[in-house]
Amino acid sequence: MPDTFQPRIVGFCCKYCAYAAADLAGSMRLSYPASIKIIQVPCTGRVDVIHVLRALEEGVDGVMIAGCLEGECHFLEGNLKARKRITQVKALLKRIGMDPDRVEMFNLSSAMGPRFAEISQEMARRIQDLGPSPIPGEKPKGRAA
Amino acid sequence: MSDIKTNSRLEKILRSGALAVTSECGPPRGSDAGAILEKGQLIKDHVDAVNVTDNQTAMTRMCSLAACVHLKLAGIEPVLQMVTRDRNRVALQSDILGAASFDIPNMLCLSGDHQSFGDCAQGQNVHDLDSMQLVQTACHMRDEQKFLGGDAIHRPPELFVGAAANPFADPFEIRVPRLAKKIACGAGFIQTQCIYNIDKFKEWMRRAVDAGLTEKAFILAGMTPMKSVGMAKYMKSKVPGMDVPDSIIKRLSGVDKSKQAQEGINICVEHIQELKEVPGVAGFHVMAIEWEEKVPEIVEEAGLYPRPAV
Amino acid sequence: MIIAKQKPIEEIISEITPYKRILILGCNECVTVCEAGGKKEVEVLASALRLHYMTKGQGKTFGEATLERQCDREYLEEIRGDMDDYDAVVSLACGVGVQFAAETYTATPLLPGVDTVCLGANEARGVWAERCQACGSCVLARTGGICPVARCAKRVMNGPCGGSANGKCELGPDTDCAWQLIIDRLNSLNRLGDYDVVAPVKDWSSDRAGGPRTVTREDVSI
Repeated sequence: MPDTFQPRIVGFCCKYCAYAAADLAGSMRLSYPASIKIIQVPCTGRVDVIHVLRALEEGVDGVMIAGCLEGECHFLEGNLKARKRITQVKALLKRIGMDPDRVEMFNLSSAMGPRFAEISQEMARRIQDLGPSPIPGEKPKGRAA
Repeated sequence: MSDIKTNSRLEKILRSGALAVTSECGPPRGSDAGAILEKGQLIKDHVDAVNVTDNQTAMTRMCSLAACVHLKLAGIEPVLQMVTRDRNRVALQSDILGAASFDIPNMLCLSGDHQSFGDCAQGQNVHDLDSMQLVQTACHMRDEQKFLGGDAIHRPPELFVGAAANPFADPFEIRVPRLAKKIACGAGFIQTQCIYNIDKFKEWMRRAVDAGLTEKAFILAGMTPMKSVGMAKYMKSKVPGMDVPDSIIKRLSGVDKSKQAQEGINICVEHIQELKEVPGVAGFHVMAIEWEEKVPEIVEEAGLYPRPAV
Repeated sequence: MIIAKQKPIEEIISEITPYKRILILGCNECVTVCEAGGKKEVEVLASALRLHYMTKGQGKTFGEATLERQCDREYLEEIRGDMDDYDAVVSLACGVGVQFAAETYTATPLLPGVDTVCLGANEARGVWAERCQACGSCVLARTGGICPVARCAKRVMNGPCGGSANGKCELGPDTDCAWQLIIDRLNSLNRLGDYDVVAPVKDWSSDRAGGPRTVTREDVSI
């Protein structure tokens, strides 16, 4: 199993930075893991605790939240609020017996295409090491062997 | 000054116009009465009455009333301290009668340190009455010869009732009005918080005299000798409502560690001598915390010995 | 409003051990405002509990509902039809709501999901603080609108006690001295003279001391 394990990661990406950086990474022909499913959000401040929990309930193996550099949020401090919520999620996961490392928050700017590729690879590697989520969750169609 | 007369030696000395001297003993954390008697014997010839603390700093100890009885039976006049933290009005009135049954002549009404400082931080507190209302209650029982509930008391308590005052707590502007309220409630004597800031105390005294309060109640200035510069720093920073000027800390740090205790006693004696001259000061309450053996020396050097016979 | 705080999830997990089908029941009133037991908290708690049991491979199911009020029988009736689907209910309402729900659904265990803390207000984002202890006979007219019962650690009616320093309580720098606040307020109202009046021994029979309290009004009863 571990050999064929393809981590499924949801990436909540702010449209002002991480989403644009992902675009840039593509234009620059930088490869990043295809297992990351990007969800564009208007700001990471829009991401609430429940969104992360729901994703995990669906059976994804990891969740990354990527927002603007601190101090550069388009909405001033949405990314700071997101960080607090992610801290809360990680604490909650620990208490219910799930590895908090399955969830991580990153900060970057729209010009950081290579950095986006880097954090995606880092997250994919981390989840690869952690192995599949203990949540049975529905596996994506057409990919199950 | 009202002319209530009790059998209190403390009251008689104060009324005679002489400077009174009281001190304080903490009951033991056990049931051996020897500990309190030993402390009492150390100081009995140098003071007019001995305050017995009521679970001070909210640490559970032998009850104040029982310790008072032990002192009384040994010929030492006690001042029963009672805090409103641990007992409601039923228990407080009941303990007042218990004290009166042993003819304990003095009591001091306090609210008590918050229980979170003691060994039962998870306990409830009561505060059915506050310290002022406890003064009122004791005076009501003595003067009206009735319980708070209105029923008559057979052999009512004859107590010289006092209260504490902290001239240094905040806000300063209401310190004298607050003293006035306690005296209006019936407090016949006042023992103050430890005094280190002499100027501020004098200002407080001046206002009390101006308000006519020293005509109605006797004010005993609280004195505690510093054992070391460490103690002075602790009192300054850690004890709520304590005012220790930097000059005291400086003076203590200026002498060799081995001589700091003696310097602390010197300061205490000098302060007493200075305050003896302050109008309205009716006596001294010398609290040598776990250092009772030094009380005779302080009293003698301050020129307050021998104690008058009444 | 009534201020509550969420119980540690470990405690909830331990309480629901015997049950398989559990309803997480929120309340739209005070606990929503203090972010302890509204719809949002119901979602998060239910999701976290699901994750916990899925991780352990134990099949428990969690339903979610949030009522307008749990301290009102009419709203509690809304879930009557669903109650057969559950072995237990974790209520995120205050202690009043939990008890009212328990009185309404006598056959279902009702477990508290929050600790009810006090009557208070939102002082700042994320900070809720006590203002009233429902002593049953209000003294605010005599204390400049600041309550010595709720805000003084010793309920001193003639304060401040000797532990007041720099405007703070002897408990520590996080607690304001209620009597400093009262005196400041009387000062700003030009009513410091009110301080000279000794507050008499308080009648606590309208407080907890008098047993459970009831207000009955003939004029509004049917």
